[in-house]
Amino acid sequence: MIYADNAATTKMSEAAINTMISVMNDNYGNPSSLYSFGQKAKEILEEARNEVATLIGTANPREIIFTSGGSEADNQAIMSAAALGRKNGKMHIISSAFEHHAVLHTLERLKKEGFEITLLDVHEDGLVRPEEVKEAIRDDTALVTVMFANNEIGTVQPIREIGAICREKNVLFHTDAVQAIGHLPINVSEDNIDMLSASAHKFHGPKGVGFLYARKGIKLTNIIEGGAQEKGRRAGTENVPGIAAMATALKEACASLNENAEILKKHRDRLISALNEIPHSALNGDADNRLPGNVNFCFEGIEGESLLLLLDDKGIQASSGSACTSGSLDPSHVLLAIGRVHDVAHGSLRLSIGEDVSDEEIEYIISSVKEVVEYLRGFSPVWRDLMAGKTPFIL
Amino acid sequence: MTGQIMKRNKEDNMALYSEKVMDHFRNPRNVGVIEDANGIGEVGNAKCGDIMKMYLKIEDDVIKDVKFETFGCGSAIASSSMATELIKGKPVSDAMQLTNKAVAEALDGLPDYKMHCSVLAEEAIRSAIEDYKKSAEKTAQQ
Ligand SMILES: Cc1ncc(COP(=O)(O)O)c(C=O)c1O
Repeated sequence: MIYADNAATTKMSEAAINTMISVMNDNYGNPSSLYSFGQKAKEILEEARNEVATLIGTANPREIIFTSGGSEADNQAIMSAAALGRKNGKMHIISSAFEHHAVLHTLERLKKEGFEITLLDVHEDGLVRPEEVKEAIRDDTALVTVMFANNEIGTVQPIREIGAICREKNVLFHTDAVQAIGHLPINVSEDNIDMLSASAHKFHGPKGVGFLYARKGIKLTNIIEGGAQEKGRRAGTENVPGIAAMATALKEACASLNENAEILKKHRDRLISALNEIPHSALNGDADNRLPGNVNFCFEGIEGESLLLLLDDKGIQASSGSACTSGSLDPSHVLLAIGRVHDVAHGSLRLSIGEDVSDEEIEYIISSVKEVVEYLRGFSPVWRDLMAGKTPFIL
Repeated sequence: MTGQIMKRNKEDNMALYSEKVMDHFRNPRNVGVIEDANGIGEVGNAKCGDIMKMYLKIEDDVIKDVKFETFGCGSAIASSSMATELIKGKPVSDAMQLTNKAVAEALDGLPDYKMHCSVLAEEAIRSAIEDYKKSAEKTAQQ
């Protein structure tokens, strides 16, 4: 099996698994308990918090709130900024058209509650323009939220520049860094970030654990009400094994970040240049400002789900932005946002490779994709019409 | 009714597609083009992600041969394949009666949100037969 869907989730690292098991075995106490066994769990929790804080470039561990993952962190960041905005009569939020649904659906909810939402264009290259952020900011802007790296096409946004503009304009800035953290260098101080969302399972940690970074002074609104855990900002007995494993995974990922990126980029660029040889195909998103492990293509004349199923038969796990894989009638909002028309957006393929992939596996992926695309085109009426000149090629 | 067909593929712990669907998807029957087809039907559109094209060779009111081309997901390809099997060698009047339900049932069910693929298969065949009837009428008039 060649697992090429690391943007969906990753394999846990051995070190993270070991941390998790050891905490489950030896330190199963409740961090809120007063006796020493509980306090030992509390210690593990706070160590993890220190670790995470340091790794993202803040000296203040209180700025880290553990959550159930990226979605919860996104919800909390946005709902908190909205509550603050509402109090100050600021009812405008700026985001981008291709955010994760954890962001977009939260914004839709706020829209129903009276907020005005501006979704910035991400252009054909899948990049937000800082100057357009600047132009969009108004006196009543409560929040700018732009993802660090896109989960489908992997484009890396000019976060530091956007953050600087927000600082200058005195507007809160949140970034969904779920795809970026552990894969790209991130420093919340240098990158001018006020709030940041992360999820452990995207950097070889466990699923169902994540964190929200919120700069000191930003009052958070609870998404989960209840006990006084996380300084009253997130109720519920802490997932101590998961949190400890997340810290282990992040430490590991950050320690080998540059080395991993080098390996991944080499494979990524080989995949991109080889798949570009397929006639009437196109890379989605900028080739350079891109996550080291992300490859995303559209192939004209075929549909993505059948491509995925046939690749699966060849032992390759990948993903697609076709409507059929999303369970809705429309293809991926990300591909539509970068201007791909429906017809070709249905024929997309995302390969998100991991550090342990070999040269041979990359070559196998290339030959398999070429073979399957050619096979599917062989009985596609769309491809027939394109080849016959009845309809013009789009790609 | 659809509830019953759907049973095995509902959002439970079953695989997305039945084995039958996967078999017809992996080894589609009657793929291709009939050069001297006397009935051709094409339905769906690329915008929605599914297009089916059916080619019929009808002689003495019997479907002598049928082939298909499909742009679409796994269940679209499997539905086309199954539909061709269900009408091959059958009288045209029988083929006209083919329902999407029959296609889905023959595939041991389709997930709810994929039922439209079986509808497309039914429509593609009907459209090809209508095309045949229209050209037959024209020939008769001449
Ligand atoms: C960009 C982005 N944001 C948010 C999420 C949601 O994270 P989680 O699955 O941890 O809730 C994901 C993961 O799918 C993602 O890729």
